Amino acid sequence: MNKKTAYVLALLLFLAAPFVAYPVFLMKLLCFALFACAFNLLIGFTGLLSFGHAAFFGSAGYVTGYLLATSGLPTEFGIVLGVVAASLLGLVIGALAIRRQGIYFSMITLALAQMVYFAALRAPFTHGEDGLQGVPRGRLFGVLDLSSDLSMYYVVLAITTSGFALVMRIVHSPFGEVLKAIKDNEPRAVSLGYEVDRYKLLAFVLSAGLAGLAGSTKTVVLGFETLTDVHWTMSGLVILMTLVGGMGTMAGPILGAFIVVALENKLGDVGAWLAEQSGVAWFSALGESVGMVTGLIFIVCVLLFRRGIVGEIALRLKR
Amino acid sequence: MKRNHIYDQDQDMDIFGIPHQALLSQLLLGLVNGSFYAMLSLGLAIIFGLLNVINFSHGALYMTGAFAAYIGVTSFGLNYWTMLLLAPLAVGLFGILIERSMLRWLYRFDHLYGLLLTFGITLLLEGVFRSFFGVSGQTLDVPEQLQGATDLGFMILPNYRAWVVAASLTVCLGTWFVIEKTRLGAYLRAGTENPKLVEAFGVNVPLMVTLTYGFGVALAGFAGVLAAPVINVTPLMGSNLIIVVFAVVVIGGMGSILGSILTGLALGVIEGLTRVFYPEGSEVVVFVVMVIVLLLRPAGLFGKEK
Repeated sequence: MNKKTAYVLALLLFLAAPFVAYPVFLMKLLCFALFACAFNLLIGFTGLLSFGHAAFFGSAGYVTGYLLATSGLPTEFGIVLGVVAASLLGLVIGALAIRRQGIYFSMITLALAQMVYFAALRAPFTHGEDGLQGVPRGRLFGVLDLSSDLSMYYVVLAITTSGFALVMRIVHSPFGEVLKAIKDNEPRAVSLGYEVDRYKLLAFVLSAGLAGLAGSTKTVVLGFETLTDVHWTMSGLVILMTLVGGMGTMAGPILGAFIVVALENKLGDVGAWLAEQSGVAWFSALGESVGMVTGLIFIVCVLLFRRGIVGEIALRLKR
Repeated sequence: MKRNHIYDQDQDMDIFGIPHQALLSQLLLGLVNGSFYAMLSLGLAIIFGLLNVINFSHGALYMTGAFAAYIGVTSFGLNYWTMLLLAPLAVGLFGILIERSMLRWLYRFDHLYGLLLTFGITLLLEGVFRSFFGVSGQTLDVPEQLQGATDLGFMILPNYRAWVVAASLTVCLGTWFVIEKTRLGAYLRAGTENPKLVEAFGVNVPLMVTLTYGFGVALAGFAGVLAAPVINVTPLMGSNLIIVVFAVVVIGGMGSILGSILTGLALGVIEGLTRVFYPEGSEVVVFVVMVIVLLLRPAGLFGKEK
């Protein structure tokens, strides 16, 4: 089975999915899948580990949520402006962070994202700890009523698919080839005459913008935006999604996002089941200790499955 | 989710309203925070020098140190001074376990895997402590020898805070002395420059790496015990701190031991001053300084790119 057939099959599956599963949950999966794909553009294809992607995901969500809740703008404008805000923020954070290499880059993005977190905590329009509530879904282009979950789902699917197609286009373009060259050997790329910093910055802004698109869409779907989305744990979560699925693979982040989000939602049930089976009451608290389980998966992945699920499968198929 | 600052709790009421005394006490608070930054960034720098790993779990191990002290005092009836010795030892041993069982398998891969692994360890540790202690804070009493305050004439000096600054400065300078002036330190510095060559001279580098990691995190554990009586001991106290310490490390650069100590202290003081003149800015001032340093001197104040 070649890749194209696989993508077509996956798309058909997604088209049919809302008739079998709960659409809101599916939409959440899709938003996180797009977020992970955006993140993968940096880590997987440019070799930059951003530890602050929650800043773009969350701030776009806040901008979109605030505009839709207060100004009565059409939904598509709200989302576009959220993406613009995230891209601009990406331009600023990216320009600062690429002044240092390697591990320092990660620390700088983490610190700057923490600044964004404090801004979101203190700014009056974000409503601090309470978050933004009651964001209306509105109508798309003034015609399509999004309050029905089914029509919302297909819009989200369209957004995610185009985001994914854009990432794929970027990766396979000449620009993407330069990014991979930078990832493999930065001094060599410099010596070949590429202005590495410009390429890195553009990749960073694209990634931030796409992460923003995911964040804005998620706010529209759920109708609220809270501090969770700008907190560093969210930056960690998107790293985990990409790592579990496979950094530098196209489908990996999507799969990883599905696994991580499903795990977060179902962990309580799993814990309850384990407690029932083993009689150890401690397991029933598992739903509240998502962090512990995420940490454990992180450790296992880093030690044993650095290629991620899709990466390992691709390796097996090649042999 | 608030950052844990060392809040004024034991001030005499009559000094409020007198600006320069408020200023002095904020300066002291800044110095206390700064000594934690110094100890943590020193540990990070030593570990990074030899292992090329940014130890994200440094904050979580600082938290572990504080909880170890809390558990030792409340459940085992040990006193503060015993725990000041035992807790860093326990954290150090735990660090050695982490290095031997997990970290060492990652040295031949990209540096970022070390960061990701220690990030996972952070989440795991925080989760474990959360499942036992919840998110609300625990408090530890100030040891009776250090209760109260001394009147210096120009300000009232709370004894425990003075002790925190003195103890951490001693530990930091002691570490600096060992690394820069002794034979053991010379091995360590040589190992930082070129581990293969040092190994060829018959030095057991893997053992040195393990012990360095153990020592680095023991420093974090020690800082945790020192912090336990002045802040809320919560499972999240470490990760909130470590992000600031990362900014400190970016500002100072990790090339110099003395540089890490000075940067840590200075930023604590700057933060303290900001709390007097512009309280809203105090939680981000370190990040703002980081941005300025990145613009003016991208390699950091004492930095050499590695």
